Amino acid sequence: MHGIPRKALTEEEQGASSLKSTKLRDLQSQVLHFHHNKIYTKEAIEISAKLLESNPEHYTGWNYRKLAVQYRLNRRFITALKKIPDEEELQYTTDMIYDNFSNYSAWHNRSVLLSNLMEKGGNRYDKENVLGEEYEFVRNALFTDPDDQSGWFYHLWLLDQTLKQEPVFLSSWPPNGSNLYLSLDGRLKGQQSLPILHFQSKARKFPLVLYFSEAVEGVSSSTVTVEYQDGDTLLWTPLSANNFGFSQAWLTYLKFPDEVPSSEALPVKVTIAHFPGITSSSGMPCSQSCHISFSVCVTSDDQEHSEVQSSHRISWKEENFKARATQSLEANLLHSFSKLEITKENKPSTPKWSMEIISTEIAHCRELLSTTNCKIGKLTLARLLMAHKTLISYGSPGDGTEVHYEDILALYQDLMKMDPAHICYYEDDYSLVLLKQLTSNIESLLKRCDRYQEFSSPSTNPYLCVRLNGLSLSRIGSTEHLLWVQMLDLSHNKLRSIEGLETLQLLSCLKLSHNRLCSFTSLEPLKKLKYLEVLDISHNEIGAHSIDTRRYLCSSPLTHAVGGDWYFQKFVDGDVKLNNHWDAYLLFKDLNLVQLEMIGNAVGDERFKAFLLKLMPELKWLDGEKCR
Amino acid sequence: MEHLRLNGAYWGLTTLDVLGKLNAVDPDEVVSWVMECQHESGGFGGNVGHDPHMLYTLSAIQVLALFDKIDVLDVEKVANWKHNDEANYSFRFSYVAICSLALLHRLDKINVERAVKYIVSCKNLDGGFGCTPGAESHAGQIFCCVGALAITGSLHHVDKDLLGWWLCERQVKSGGLNGRPEKLPDVCYSWWVLSSLIMIDRVHWIDKKKLVNFILDCQDKENGGISDRPDDAVDVFHTYFGVAGLSLLEYPGLKAVDPAYALPVDVVNRIFLAK
Repeated sequence: MHGIPRKALTEEEQGASSLKSTKLRDLQSQVLHFHHNKIYTKEAIEISAKLLESNPEHYTGWNYRKLAVQYRLNRRFITALKKIPDEEELQYTTDMIYDNFSNYSAWHNRSVLLSNLMEKGGNRYDKENVLGEEYEFVRNALFTDPDDQSGWFYHLWLLDQTLKQEPVFLSSWPPNGSNLYLSLDGRLKGQQSLPILHFQSKARKFPLVLYFSEAVEGVSSSTVTVEYQDGDTLLWTPLSANNFGFSQAWLTYLKFPDEVPSSEALPVKVTIAHFPGITSSSGMPCSQSCHISFSVCVTSDDQEHSEVQSSHRISWKEENFKARATQSLEANLLHSFSKLEITKENKPSTPKWSMEIISTEIAHCRELLSTTNCKIGKLTLARLLMAHKTLISYGSPGDGTEVHYEDILALYQDLMKMDPAHICYYEDDYSLVLLKQLTSNIESLLKRCDRYQEFSSPSTNPYLCVRLNGLSLSRIGSTEHLLWVQMLDLSHNKLRSIEGLETLQLLSCLKLSHNRLCSFTSLEPLKKLKYLEVLDISHNEIGAHSIDTRRYLCSSPLTHAVGGDWYFQKFVDGDVKLNNHWDAYLLFKDLNLVQLEMIGNAVGDERFKAFLLKLMPELKWLDGEKCR
Repeated sequence: MEHLRLNGAYWGLTTLDVLGKLNAVDPDEVVSWVMECQHESGGFGGNVGHDPHMLYTLSAIQVLALFDKIDVLDVEKVANWKHNDEANYSFRFSYVAICSLALLHRLDKINVERAVKYIVSCKNLDGGFGCTPGAESHAGQIFCCVGALAITGSLHHVDKDLLGWWLCERQVKSGGLNGRPEKLPDVCYSWWVLSSLIMIDRVHWIDKKKLVNFILDCQDKENGGISDRPDDAVDVFHTYFGVAGLSLLEYPGLKAVDPAYALPVDVVNRIFLAK
């Protein structure tokens, strides 16, 4: 079937071929006859041998043979599995690799063996020593033939082993050191006119979000202590797809203070990893406990202005945005948020050798790239430089050199030119690095914050809107710095997925117009945003693609992950044309939007709009028009 | 290829459906032939009179699904049939069992959690999956594992970025995809690698146009059909995977194919969403 050259058969060859098939079919029917009638004579077995010789994959033939041999010989075969000790096997892979560097299998086996040996521990297989030697070993391969992939994949594994560390708590909302104003009806008064510290909810509860450096499990009232009021037992949920047990961001809700109005601010103290139990998906424990403190108070209700804030439409008009001066009150607030970042207590010590190894590898990589323009080498250098930055942010003492985001971005731009087949891969990485750069310090983030005030309705509250539009972003990251964001503009980018947005629990207004969203399933993260009211997904590609690449990444009957709330047929109400919109049903049934824009996609006829109105009873504005 | 006629039927008929030409065959004829391949134990053999095997049982269910005739089966009987061949156990079988039972709405017949745990134990350090724990990553195995995880709603166990990069690096200069580093491209990998990339939403990391051209180059324009590599002999196996691959790449004029069940999307939607 594989590797057979295509050529037209001559008459002679055709004749021979059909003769062969007849012979085979004849053999086959004989063997089937023996098999069904349990005939195990020597002659019968020989015939089966002939069949299997021409057709070694004839499953039934083999079955017959097995039974026949068992019957005749009546012996049990004992297979002895020789256990070769790991060290010998390791030497074997060394020999194989020296023999031929391009030996992915040998490198793979080597990584498995070393993983086991490092895990077992002992002096000989101390992580620092092993990694040091292995980097040197693979360097030979890389310098000899930089274009061979095998060594580079191994190098990537070594890098992953070097950076592996305990999960760390990164940020929270409410932020450490903040004072949060809570209200029922959304009116801000006087000094409380700072939208980012104001939270409104008729349900009298507010979210508490904890964000970690990697996906962890085990965040619960047994591992995280919250000192507040009476101290009810809190229920923590992971902000992940399918409520999968591991997530970077975890959520719980705290009740408003019992006394209303409270003149004093109530303190809240959260101790993360107070008791052991939080672990990463690779099994590393979050052993260092740390704490954050903030306070809350309830503002008095202003009976006169109890009209609902959201009865006015958000137009997203440019004229409604006003740039913030950096010397404003909000600037100071954001500064204080970022101070939380990592206090000394929170930082675990990353071993010194990690940083040393990374610096050495950066130097070697640069040396290699000075002589050969090798694609994976460049990508590896970009990854090493990012690793360097990450280690510093986690508290590693620097090595004197400074890595600039601009250099990393420039490397990716080179790669996009060198390897255009994989341009989207590099664009995704580029987006992540760019977002890291924008959120890495408060000044650059502030440049992207504008105050939004609806011109036509000056009585409504202003928002502080983060504007990440027009940046060619294809992917979202660095959300640990954006947990406080209530209004976000991601329009005019290249977003195909919005993974990461589920952690921005405060989002109330979101603009995703003019992106590359291809399906309703790609909007699944929005289902976790309980306060989202205004959504603009206009001018995307929803409904324009026959293939849905997120079909198996959301909870639906397809992934056997839907509970008793699947009432699709009831909503469709016999309308066959709507049968295709199961993904819209899945999304909008859990959203409580007040305003939706979706013009400019390949869905959205009148029937569909009626369907949406049924799903979202609170919806007031659809594509700019009042719909009730 | 008599012993895998049922597989061949699945490949051929699904290709016809994707091309919109399933009406070229008589459904009753096909269905009755498929049922003749059923063994008294409940499983299906590769052809009439052949021993039952998981692989053929899945093909049987898939063929019946194409014609919306799964109801001719005694579902309990098929679901209860056990494949008894521990010695030749291969990873493919986890996927095949899960796929078969899911199509029959009988996933409760196995301990899904345990099956997922075992699959995850075969996850490699490069993000891929091997045929047993510790075995080297291979695109065929990756498809089986990713497919099984997709059907059971367990794709969060996959490091999509790491695996996605390993998979997108399967695209070689000619535009075709290979199954492992440094190997030759092959049209059937356009399915195994491509469908895996689709399921984890990383297909944009390859050059789709170049892959389309590679598959089209593997056609035998005189006699029809698609081969594993340009200028090689054609067969129904590669024809199916070439056409299915083109469908995943949104080549115009083809019905959409579901990456996990390897059946047309309308067939899969009919089975799972029309309740």
